[in-house]
Amino acid sequence: MKVHLMHRDADFDPGAELPGHAETLAQDLGLRTLFDAMAARTDERDDYLYKIAVGAVMHPLTDADAIVYRQRILADCLDHPDLVRGLYDLAVEAVTGERGFYFGLFRDSPDAVMNRSVRLLDFLAVRLRKLRATADEHAAGFASGGFTRFFAMIAEELDDAYLAEVDAHLEELKFRRGSLISARLGPGNRGRDHVLRRQRRPRGLRDRLTLGERGTYGFTIADRDEAGIHALSDLRARGINDAANAVGQATDHIVAFFAALRAELAFYVGCLNLHDRLAAIGAPACLPEPVPSRRPVLTARGLYDMCLALHTGTPPVGNDLRADGRVLVMITGANSGGKSTLLRAIGLAQILTQAGMFAPAAELRTDLRDGVYTHFKREEDATMRSGKLDEELARMSAIADDIPPAGLLLCNESFASTNEREGSELARQIVHAMTDAGVKTVYVTHLYDLAHGLHTEDRADLLFLRAHRDPDGTRTYTLPEAEPLPTSHGADAFRRLFT
Amino acid sequence: MEFHSVLYDRPDYRTEIDGRPAPDYLPDLNLDQLRDALERGRAEYGLGPVFHAPLRTPAEVAYRQAIVRDLEDDAVRAAVERFAAGMRKAREHLALAGKLRERYQKRRWFLAAAAAYRDAVRDLAAGLGALEPRSAGLRGFRAHVAAHAAAEPFTAFAAAIDARYADLDSVAYTVHIKGPRVRVGRYDGEHDYGADVTATFGKFAQGTVDGVDNPTTVGGVGNPAEVKDYRAAFGEHADMNHVDAQVLALVARLFPEVFDALDAFCDRYAGLVDDTIGAFDREVRFYLAYLELIAPLKEAGLDFCYPEVAAGPGPVHADASFDLVLAHKPRRERAPVVTNGFRLDPPERVLVVTGPNQGGKTTFARMFGQLHHLAALGLPVPGASVRLRLPDRVFTHFEREEDAESPRGKLEDELVRVRAVLGEATEASVLVMNESFTSTTLHDALFLGTEILGRVTALGALCVYVTFVDELAALNDATVSMVAAITPGDPASRTFRIERRPADGLAYAAAIADTYGLSYEALKRRLAR
Repeated sequence: MKVHLMHRDADFDPGAELPGHAETLAQDLGLRTLFDAMAARTDERDDYLYKIAVGAVMHPLTDADAIVYRQRILADCLDHPDLVRGLYDLAVEAVTGERGFYFGLFRDSPDAVMNRSVRLLDFLAVRLRKLRATADEHAAGFASGGFTRFFAMIAEELDDAYLAEVDAHLEELKFRRGSLISARLGPGNRGRDHVLRRQRRPRGLRDRLTLGERGTYGFTIADRDEAGIHALSDLRARGINDAANAVGQATDHIVAFFAALRAELAFYVGCLNLHDRLAAIGAPACLPEPVPSRRPVLTARGLYDMCLALHTGTPPVGNDLRADGRVLVMITGANSGGKSTLLRAIGLAQILTQAGMFAPAAELRTDLRDGVYTHFKREEDATMRSGKLDEELARMSAIADDIPPAGLLLCNESFASTNEREGSELARQIVHAMTDAGVKTVYVTHLYDLAHGLHTEDRADLLFLRAHRDPDGTRTYTLPEAEPLPTSHGADAFRRLFT
Repeated sequence: MEFHSVLYDRPDYRTEIDGRPAPDYLPDLNLDQLRDALERGRAEYGLGPVFHAPLRTPAEVAYRQAIVRDLEDDAVRAAVERFAAGMRKAREHLALAGKLRERYQKRRWFLAAAAAYRDAVRDLAAGLGALEPRSAGLRGFRAHVAAHAAAEPFTAFAAAIDARYADLDSVAYTVHIKGPRVRVGRYDGEHDYGADVTATFGKFAQGTVDGVDNPTTVGGVGNPAEVKDYRAAFGEHADMNHVDAQVLALVARLFPEVFDALDAFCDRYAGLVDDTIGAFDREVRFYLAYLELIAPLKEAGLDFCYPEVAAGPGPVHADASFDLVLAHKPRRERAPVVTNGFRLDPPERVLVVTGPNQGGKTTFARMFGQLHHLAALGLPVPGASVRLRLPDRVFTHFEREEDAESPRGKLEDELVRVRAVLGEATEASVLVMNESFTSTTLHDALFLGTEILGRVTALGALCVYVTFVDELAALNDATVSMVAAITPGDPASRTFRIERRPADGLAYAAAIADTYGLSYEALKRRLAR
């Protein structure tokens, strides 16, 4: 039984290892704010929802159909938020309730396993019936392929006969005539290959008179011989070990099913939480159009930095962007002119689209990328032993080790740690190599030598945006297409701070 | 020809090894680490003293080299390793038999030890018999073990083991438990109830389990529904509780013929192992451990060779050699070991190494010293081609942490140690001098270095002399100048090339983008995948 609400034909693995650059990515794009919003539960953070949000967002889908599959399920969730939250709570109850069934003092003992498994099975059967009831009652209201298949599966697999069969067999495991265990001599003449045996019914008068004890030798453990009683139960435990194991695994499979359901629904519950929060702020969200294309595609209306909006709690200022066919977007211009904000917005839009979520824009079309990588200027680190440039180069080299040709690279003031000529030359070589390999690159820079040099190449697949400054010295946060200017706008920052 | 040992071709050889302490120079050359690596997990073989005892004649070296060459043959080595594994098993079983209390437990473990030893000896006789070792050592041992395995005492012993096992394996019994009552009987074909239970509950396993090996699982880690194994791991501590012991005693009563025969076997074969075969097991481990240690390096394309060793003066050289201890350490990927060489043709005797810090000078000096010690152990050494003089002694002088207890200053302490070395060394010695007059002025360092190096060259010993004073590299016709150069484009590598050329004090700046593989061409190559 597969949940398959995250992927049409595959399981969702919430424990999958995060990509090596996940930490950096989260830091540079401020993703923790996003995860916090997804994990919000009555003002406190739900660690499980948080973990699932991270797992889903950090493992991007790279297939447009897979994204649409999730988007449709997400649309169902937005139509039935209470029902989806209810299903999630049921799964949580089944999974966390399991922990209430203790093994007892001797966790490894087959007796304890058997005892616990039978009780747990009763508990789970009740939750399975609830799930079945929900499916019967509400399946018709769901439109997505994912939910339709899921509810149909529940109706088919979880019929009453299945549970009744379980009950009947468990009754037999009560050992009313004692236990008969066979064994052979293993290494050191210790017993091995212990097997629980079916006992014969006594056959004639003689059998009954001797109680079936002909040709056997016996002994009895004294009442006070606690060590002996323990040893004997150990011997019996070896005999019932395999049978107890089978029952224990049966309960695990049911719990695992609920765990998978919980994990997959947790993602959608996170999306519902986020959606509620954005609505409260007044920030737009759209289901983006994923474009399966080898040619760069990126067109947006009202694109904004969702994490910034979540952080400030105020409606965002959006940018329009038309970067179809552009493999490199250079962003130059004034300080505090929204360059970094736009850079982050582009990264977020890509990541959220490929998680199957809604995008931070009024409208968005984008191609699909095999991972988003960031190379952002770092604050000085006192513990750093190598120089700043060394550190920047080492980080870029690590990205080069990792980034696929269809990746997205976001550079924020990269190579500003050395003089402009050297920084520009380093950056130029890197940008050329990256874009020639197919890596879509968005680069925020003050390096005029770099930006200007690229601009003079006069290529159709490059886009130059410039943070805008109005003549009166104030700024708007829209970034129009414009060629780089030779001077930066540090002067006004100086004026603002020193006058 | 009588066989004595695979270490020495003479009967009294244990006096060379037993209790042999480590030579003083071992830590300076990091060879103590190599010894520890050889001993790690092999404590029972006593390899340390063998490592501490360099050989003194080319004939002794040749005897060992021939054996190691044989052992480099996969088939020979496999035969010896199978034997060694069997011996290890026999030792473990015997130790257990000694520890346990229950009579039929002890005796069963003794039987297991006997079987392991028998199989090991048989395998070795057959294995070596089918092969053609070339060395005198292995041929001598092969003859010994073949004669031993074919003789009547051994063959009768072997047959008795089989008979005892067949008996014991035929025993099948049942234990019926109800409350505190236990009855032990012969097993009589009763049906497997656990299998019935498994069949009943097996259907649960369908559906949620198949994700475990489902290749479409995203992330590749597998479904959360890993199957847990609830079977208790019954601590197989070899000891028995008194219930198990009572059961075993009753089983012995149910099958008296089986257990009487086991008693008779144990009484008859109390002492198991042939002395020469036992010694071979320990001594051959010295070579096998070393071969095992260098195997990954050979795999990685590094050369090892059997050095030509001479007793007297003459030209010496090493090509494509390296610091074995450094190469053996786990390294980051794509940080290949840089190999180095040297050549000294008389009257050249001293390699003077200069160059930048972190340039691999000390590594080169250690390599030089290691080569002499390893060659004198009869082992293959790092390098494509190596010729050395077998030294009477090896001396090292490396920088020490300042000794707070010493009444003298650090510089003076160093000079005291150098004086001691120069007092003991002869023209047949090898010196590894890592000069470190860093606490003094250049003027002083030049003066002291000139004085010391002058004495070294006058002595006539072979020497590698590391210094930061360029002028020493051209002191006289006995010195050869070697310079550490940075390897371009490989920042992860800390092992650099040492080249024979005049000391020049050049600046060693390398193009930084190139160093990080971020030039256009380099990056383009890296991204093309």
